[in-house]
Formats: sequence, structure tokens, C-alpha cells
Amino acid sequence: MIISEQVKLNRDLAKMLKGGVIMDVTTPDQARIAEEAGACAVMALERIPADIRQAGGISRMSDPKMIKNIQAAVSIPVMAKCRIGHFVEAQILEAIEIDYIDESEVLSPADDIYHIDKTMFKVPFVCGARNLGEALRRIAEGATMIRTKGEPGTGDVIQAVRHLRAMNAEISRVRSMRKDEIFEAAKELQVSYELLLSVHEEGRLPVVNFAAGGVATPADASLMMQLGAEGVFVGSGIFKSGDPKRRAAAIVKAVTNYMDPKILAEVSEDLGEAMVGINENEIAVLMAERGK
Amino acid sequence: MDRIFTVGVVAVQGAFEEHCSALRKLGVSVKEIRSASDLSIKIDGIVFPGGESTAQGKLLRESGLFDMILPMIKGGLPVYGTCAGMVLLAKRIENDDRRHFAVMDITVKRNAYGRQLGSFMTTGDFGGLGDIPMYFIRAPYISSVGKDVVVLSSEHGAITAAREANMLVTSFHPEVTDDLTVHSYFLSMIP
Repeated sequence: MIISEQVKLNRDLAKMLKGGVIMDVTTPDQARIAEEAGACAVMALERIPADIRQAGGISRMSDPKMIKNIQAAVSIPVMAKCRIGHFVEAQILEAIEIDYIDESEVLSPADDIYHIDKTMFKVPFVCGARNLGEALRRIAEGATMIRTKGEPGTGDVIQAVRHLRAMNAEISRVRSMRKDEIFEAAKELQVSYELLLSVHEEGRLPVVNFAAGGVATPADASLMMQLGAEGVFVGSGIFKSGDPKRRAAAIVKAVTNYMDPKILAEVSEDLGEAMVGINENEIAVLMAERGK
Repeated sequence: MDRIFTVGVVAVQGAFEEHCSALRKLGVSVKEIRSASDLSIKIDGIVFPGGESTAQGKLLRESGLFDMILPMIKGGLPVYGTCAGMVLLAKRIENDDRRHFAVMDITVKRNAYGRQLGSFMTTGDFGGLGDIPMYFIRAPYISSVGKDVVVLSSEHGAITAAREANMLVTSFHPEVTDDLTVHSYFLSMIP
């Protein structure tokens, strides 16, 4: 598939994040803690998903000033979230030169039909996906990085696992098809034939795929990596825990050494309390259902 | 090549897979280096990939790799640093108090072209070997070099590739392109 220079540059930035941990932060201090702990990027937002969930109500893009303060505090890339379909929030984030926009189901969707036409932007976008169809639709709209949706703010990894396994299973299925079956599969999955053909040929998404949602421990992070994630977003899991600094560093090491149980055992020691979390069947709002 | 080289690619964070695949295309045996035990085999060269130098520097130190690799570089092991890898090797960093291996006589400016919106692609000459595609992604550049450093590429007056003895650095990312000029050049540095 022929892609523009800008799309290539934006996909390539995501490649530089691979094998890394992207951490949710709400203050410049937290951003510095994340950078010191070895985060490869931070996600600047006013409230972390666990608090958004608890507070309820409409959740929107963060105050640009708060995001700028975080940009000033660290040298690693800074990401920020806009609401699904809210292209003006995205324009604002691009105007303050954010490094990556997360068009995110964690915030209240602004549009229940259309996602943002991300091809109209120079700034890169990451989007959540629960399966191959969602991932390829977001990529067709211009997303240059994908993450599982998981169920943010719960500390429950089950949905991220489900989404990643679903995506892997579908990729294997497409990989093993005859080439003449791709046309029908594209109809079935409601995705572009060209994108699906690239999955058939490469055996992977055309963009980097991270895990997100419910990752709370080094073991969770390694689980997602062993299942094929190329890196991990940690939202509430760090700054909702007893010892954020230590837990952040431990999760970073777990992602690098995800295949080494001895190192995983070492870094899992003595981390203090993990975020309490809630089970997916105890929650009222399933954020992963937003934006298909 | 009369023998098959083994090149270690530091794989603690970043775009290391892309380097591995470029090197494999050149017939090299590749070893990913994540922890100290990965250095138990002999390597003929080592590559530091793009990624985040703060994250990589920390992981290298804490795993003990830093203390193992530093004397190897000082002892003449060919090393190639891309982007973040260039920052790790530089003796001087203009806009950061952190220092890492600090072995190469260059002054580097981190994120010299600004944020992601400043990332760009161009083509330019590399070491007199002809024009190659160059992807700059939140890239650093070299603002000045010591007397033993040879400049291999520059872009709008800023130095973007250089070599000093066994050390090669580029601001740009040949590993995200199909062009193998820089990786071939690096392999030619292996005695």
C-alpha cells in the first residue's frame, strides 16, 4: 500500500515507542516520576480513568495549559486524549504541538457515528480497538498506532486480554486465507480490501499495536507482551497504587524482560499495594463499547 | 564476507526489530541484548536503536549492561547509534543534564527539530556513498564535533551522521527504510 510521508513518519514514531511503557499522568511531578522510571512517553490528562469512572458525568479533553505544563516538564513524547469524533479538540491538541493524540473511549464520545477523519491532521493518532475490524477501520481513518481498548480504570486486565487474543486470532485467520477470499473477508469485517490484504501478506497490523486497559502489575504487563503486544499503556495502575515510583519502574523492567520469569519475580517484589480495582461485571459503564 | 558476523542489537526499548531485520538482510547473525546474560556470546559489533534515551539509559544501567558494554566500546568494539543511540554515545548533550556512555567526541542537541510535528523526511548524501532516504523522528542533531570525528552527513548546516574510530552515529533512521547503505557501512567497520 502506498502511504504518504506524513503517515510513514507518524507510524515510525510509534515504532520508536515499542518495548516501552506509556504512563497516564495528571501533573508535571507525576510526569517527571514517569520519565525517571523509564516511561517512553506520557499521556497527559486531568483525571486518570479510575477517577473519571468514579466521578461520572461528561469527561472531556484536558485543559491545554495543564498539558503544556507537562510538555515543559519532560523530554519524552507527550500524548493527550480527545473525545471520539471531536475533531475540534483534536485541532486544539495539534495547535499545542502534542506528539500523539489518543482519540479515546475513556472520554465521553462526542459523536456516536463518526470518528475523526485523522487523515486531515499532521499530528499522529492512536485509537483503541477490540478486534481486527475496529483496528483496520481506525487505520483507514488515519490512525497510525493501535491499542487494545481494555476496560480502563478498572485494574482488571481481562478485557485487554480478550481484545488482543481476538485480534491475534483474526490476523491468523486472514493470514491463512487464500488471496481470493480476502474480498469477502473485507466485506465481512467492514474494512478496506487494501488494508486487509496487507494483513494477509504481513501477518500483522500495518501499525504498532500496544496493550491498554486494566494493566496494574508487572505480571499484567508481561502477560500482554507475551500475547503479542508491542508495548503497554498503564493508566490508573501506577498513580492509584501505594508506591507509584517503584511500581512504574517495575512495569518498565517487566516490559523489557517480559520473557524472563526470574527478572519478573524480582521486580514484582515489595511493590506495596496495587490499585484495588473493580471487576468488569461490577461496573455500570463499559467504555470499550464506545466507538466501533 | 568470509565469515558470518554476529551483531548485538540493544533491545531494552525502541525500534530494535527494524535494525535486526536490516542486518539479517545483509547476512549477519543478530543477537538481541536485553540483559547481562545475552552478552555471554562474542559479538563483532553492537547497535543502539532509536527510542527514548532516558528509558534506554536507565534500563541499561540497572541491568548491568552499561558497565559491561562501556569497556567493550572503549576497547574498540564497532558501535552504531541511531537517534536515541546517538544521544547515549555523545560526550556532551546541550539540553540535558544526563550523560550516558559519553564516549564520542560530539555535542548533541536532543529533540533538535522540536516535537513530532517537526519530524520530516529528506534525502541526502551519506559519507560520499550517494543519496539515501533519511527519516528524522523527534531527532537530535550534532551541533559540534571534536577533531577526530569525521562528518558523514549534514542537513541545513547541522551534522546528522558522523564517525569517530569505531563509533558511528546517525540522527536519522535508515532502519525504517529499505536502504541498507548505512548498515553496510557499519559492517565495513568490523575488522
